[in-house]
Amino acid sequence: MIYKVISKPEFKAFIDAIVRVNNAYGPCQVEIDAKGKPIYQFKPVKSADEISFDYTVTHSSAKHFFLPFRDELSSFTFTDGNWEQEVRYDAPPTILIGLRPCDINAINILDDVMLHGPYPSPYYLARRKNTFIIGMDHLPLPDCFCKSMNRHTVNHGFNLFCSDIGDRYYLSINSANAFSFLKEFKIEEPSYEDNCNLIERRKSIKNSFETNVEVTGLPVFLDIEFDSPIWQKWGDKCLSCGSCAMVCPTCYCYSVEEKFDIDLKGSSRQNHLYSCNLVDFAQVAGGHNFRPRNGDRLKYRYYHHYRGFAANDNQQICVGCNRCGRACLANINPKDVINDLRLERESCTTCVSTSPEKT
Amino acid sequence: MNHLGFKLDKVKVGSFDFTCCEGCQLQLANKESTLPEFLGLIDIRNFREISSERHDDYDIALVEGSITRSDEIERLKAIRAQAKVLVAFGTCACFGGVNSLKNRIPQEEAIREVYDGKKIETMPSMKISDIVEVDLSIPGCPVSKDEVERIMVGIVTRSAVSLPKYPVCVECKQKLNTCLFDLGEICLGPITRAGCDAVCPTGKTACLGCRGPAEDINFPSFEELVLDRKLSISDMKEKLGFYNGFGDYLDHES
Ligand code: SF4
Ligand code: SF4
Ligand code: SF4
Ligand code: SF4
Ligand code: SF4
Repeated sequence: MIYKVISKPEFKAFIDAIVRVNNAYGPCQVEIDAKGKPIYQFKPVKSADEISFDYTVTHSSAKHFFLPFRDELSSFTFTDGNWEQEVRYDAPPTILIGLRPCDINAINILDDVMLHGPYPSPYYLARRKNTFIIGMDHLPLPDCFCKSMNRHTVNHGFNLFCSDIGDRYYLSINSANAFSFLKEFKIEEPSYEDNCNLIERRKSIKNSFETNVEVTGLPVFLDIEFDSPIWQKWGDKCLSCGSCAMVCPTCYCYSVEEKFDIDLKGSSRQNHLYSCNLVDFAQVAGGHNFRPRNGDRLKYRYYHHYRGFAANDNQQICVGCNRCGRACLANINPKDVINDLRLERESCTTCVSTSPEKT
Repeated sequence: MNHLGFKLDKVKVGSFDFTCCEGCQLQLANKESTLPEFLGLIDIRNFREISSERHDDYDIALVEGSITRSDEIERLKAIRAQAKVLVAFGTCACFGGVNSLKNRIPQEEAIREVYDGKKIETMPSMKISDIVEVDLSIPGCPVSKDEVERIMVGIVTRSAVSLPKYPVCVECKQKLNTCLFDLGEICLGPITRAGCDAVCPTGKTACLGCRGPAEDINFPSFEELVLDRKLSISDMKEKLGFYNGFGDYLDHES
């Protein structure tokens, strides 16, 4: 890692230069909501002026740049009695600007799932290798809880990371590419004061969190609470709409569909991102649904995120961005669900066997 | 037709319109990019928007529109008797559609308003399944041509055909749309069957549920959402009633 500082106007000029000639995406204000608050999304940008550098957080994560909502896995051409398969890993070079530490941590988690298992995904790898990530720090929103998940700082997984230290950015440069781009611009060695400012900035970010979700020992706790009535209580609210999983930076479940061309001369195999909250997620051939109740489906999303599955070494995959909580129309969010579970347990420390029967 | 070494027969299709705007049939006729391939897949026996030939030996009947006259009932029964597979085609056929708006007022009043008091035979709008058994429903106002093509291919190749079971929100989120509830509007996306690629919310108009309820919807929670956002329950009911797809939920009300 190389550390430099750059003035804000010079940084903007640098960003402008790279987005003009590249396929780039950055945070843009797309709407003002009914309460007068701006809504941001990662959108294609062609100049630095289109980017909201002082944005808060995007409504949807940057996940779909690596795991598109719909993606062709392979295409087939049929000849008389035979067929040929074509697989393509196309990934145009892409620059992503303004990702938050939790967003980059989320991509690092996806790396573990997609690249470090027994069957690495070449589709994911192609996109990951061809994406240049510029991170930026920010003061947390009142409902951000990435600090609870220990995902509020990041030290790898990006090409360049910018910490806002007042009139300039403190740059952590993590790739040769990034450094050679930046050399064309006026960058300086960090002064003693810059270093102090960086430490101050980190402290102030750390101390600005208003939401804390107690996750120590949560995996074991979740194992114990498998039959808790809390799941159905929250499940009863759930609309099974999948919005939480779509906006989440680490939900990676997908379903695979085969689609014939209308002339029957070929077909395409596509995957599309799905959600364990959707009604037929656990429905199998023959029609049996292993999780017909929304409480069971909701529970599995929480288990995947806070207990972890073997496929990702039982690590918690939630980074604490609370995008799911903001998107949920039924007011379901990790903080309230986890607190509710903990409360339920704490209020019955003496009784042993009140769990309802499995149904 | 030969497909992967299997011989496939073209399916014989008849398409029939009842009380409607014929917009769904038009969807099939006007997607020129794939029309030749689509017509290569099926044998049109009766489809007035595509051909003037009329034959009565169809196996699959696409039935568009709702039923509002007694002669329509007879015609529909005859189609049912001929067809091996009867498809309720479009929202009018599946749920009664916009025509059902007239069911809310006395029929004489509707006739007076629309036909200036001329002698017109009409009755409350009914969906196709109120009269005959329906084998397959393809909802949408109008239907999505992509979906119809997918289903036709499924029928021809004898593979499973299905509609998405989840609601419109999934597709809406994938479009990175701003949720209309966050803009202070009621949208039926959370309870409406997906498959339209969320066209309405993408165009910043609320979903009015033309594709009918998604599978196993959570209606109480949806109502809770409308109340929680301080939006109007009567506005919600107005939207639920628009295409007549949510009758089961409206009746349980009030
Ligand atoms: S589960 Fe929610 S809080 Fe956790 S990473 Fe996903 S969207 Fe963010
Ligand atoms: S938790 Fe919320 S966002 Fe997720 S499926 Fe349920 S209602 Fe939709
Ligand atoms: S469903 Fe809509 S487009 Fe189709 S016939 Fe009825 S009104 Fe027309
Ligand atoms: S706009 Fe409608 S369809 Fe889209 S997320 Fe909101 S409720 Fe769902
Ligand atoms: S968004 Fe709703 S009203 Fe619009 S086409 Fe889709 S289902 Fe129909």
